Amino acid sequence: MATEGKTIDALSQFELAPVLGRIGDAVGFSQSNAHMLLVVGAVTALMLYGMANRAIVPGRLQALAESAYEFVHGLVTEQIGEEGKRFFPFVFSLFMFILFGNLIGLFPYAFTFTSHIAVTFGLAAVVFVLITVVALSLHGTKFFGYFFPEGAPVWLAPIIVPVEIVSYLSRPVSLSIRLFANMVAGHVMLKVFATFIILLGGLGAIGPFVATLPLALNIALVGFELLVAFLQAYVFAILTCIYLHDAVHLH
Amino acid sequence: MSERDGFEERLREARARRGLDKSAAGRGTPFSGSWGVGFRAGVEVVSALVVGIAIGFLLDRWLGTWPWLFLVFFVLGGVAGVLNVYRLFNPRRGAGS
Repeated sequence: MATEGKTIDALSQFELAPVLGRIGDAVGFSQSNAHMLLVVGAVTALMLYGMANRAIVPGRLQALAESAYEFVHGLVTEQIGEEGKRFFPFVFSLFMFILFGNLIGLFPYAFTFTSHIAVTFGLAAVVFVLITVVALSLHGTKFFGYFFPEGAPVWLAPIIVPVEIVSYLSRPVSLSIRLFANMVAGHVMLKVFATFIILLGGLGAIGPFVATLPLALNIALVGFELLVAFLQAYVFAILTCIYLHDAVHLH
Repeated sequence: MSERDGFEERLREARARRGLDKSAAGRGTPFSGSWGVGFRAGVEVVSALVVGIAIGFLLDRWLGTWPWLFLVFFVLGGVAGVLNVYRLFNPRRGAGS
């Protein structure tokens, strides 16, 4: 499929296609939405089945669920502080959703919904609205003092204030672009080197030997992508925490 | 539950002996590695520039002043990008509470 006409077609893996036959076609239910539901189901199943026994000495699933919980809990309390605990459910679901989306997207035939800017920007927009609402509700109009640092000369205000506003507005953009770009780049690279395997493999007698080079590279890339999948979920969560810290403490 | 408390303590001691617990200095800096830092700085600059251009473009279309506000906000976006990168290495936290 990727080698039709002996060309490299690395981008068709990101195309959306409706699933569930005519019903999915009518409501625009794509494989992306299906994978989101799958991820939500997987996270819920992990937490529910993992914690079903509540054993003092945890089994495998319970250890996984507990370490995920403790990881995000540490992240939240470390970055936001004690009052950040009320944001724990939000950060935890965000982190697990992105992490499982990245990881499940690495399976063959699976779809990576985090490789769509619409999805990542949607998540980042939720974070952005949340931090703004939290800052406004906690600090009221003092929130607008955020855009003008104390102690700066007043005549600089016409320059500082627009710059600070643009900088503040760029948060959701950078948050979404980072995740989206990492996932797209990784999956394009995987696809390109996978295509090399097939193209080089057809080179007659030496083909199978030359084709082992991109194969080896692809194996390394899959490992690297596992790292990126975790790291990007972590970065998204920790930046959400840092922004929440700014919103709660405001300085 | 003193038994479990004792276990936690012994575990912590054992981890410290083996050097498994990372020091506090190493934590809170998730963007270690030159690639990570470089990529993050690039993303910050590009996104600030995108926001600046978008604001300028929309304001110009609304007020009909093309291309002046676009130019102004293009520069502001660039400045904000540099500011973002500066914040990346010198976080604002610690100044106040």
